Amino acid sequence: MRLIIAVLMLMSATAAGAAELPAALATYQGKLVYVDFWASWCGPCAESFPWLNRMQEKYGADLVIVGVNVDTDAGAADAFLKKHPARFDIVRDPAGRLPELYAIEGMPTSVLLGVDGSVLHKHSGFRAHQTAEYEAAIRAALPREEARK
Amino acid sequence: MTRLILLAVAVLALGGCADLGAKPWQRGTLARYDMQLDCDPVLAGLDDHIYFSKEASSGGRGFGGGGCGCN
Repeated sequence: MRLIIAVLMLMSATAAGAAELPAALATYQGKLVYVDFWASWCGPCAESFPWLNRMQEKYGADLVIVGVNVDTDAGAADAFLKKHPARFDIVRDPAGRLPELYAIEGMPTSVLLGVDGSVLHKHSGFRAHQTAEYEAAIRAALPREEARK
Repeated sequence: MTRLILLAVAVLALGGCADLGAKPWQRGTLARYDMQLDCDPVLAGLDDHIYFSKEASSGGRGFGGGGCGCN
């Protein structure tokens, strides 16, 4: 009986609460990171890239944008990047470990991670008329003196 | 006791049903053009015409989302 309870307890213990950045993003520890999950086959992802480029340019001093590619076909991702150049970091995760960890519900999904690695903001999909909201979330997470500019 | 163990096993087995289908980031194949239900507009139009002739009704073929999980 005790064994069963122990097994059940073990199974219910979930993975880390994302307080520490996962290994694939470890280089960004201590930074404000905007993680964008994208794939070559996802239309709205292509739409989001120019906006992500602008955000990286605008808030580059305090913010790192990381595009996590979930394509299983690296060639497709390369072709996409040629067509839609990214002026931000790209991390490839064909096994889908990062989207699994952050439990994303659609493509694209963006997760804003604070300097302590906690999830500050998360949104699914990319709609051009909502970019002001996305940017507001970034601004709210910036260090104070930067946000006032 | 045996019943309890059997019950526990049965309940744990339900967990197998918790993870059906492709995750949003695994829909690359589903999003392919040739995987769409109506990838050939001419064929789809002909099908619609035949359906209309036989059933005296049309429409209702469309649905939101192309399988990319964006909606």
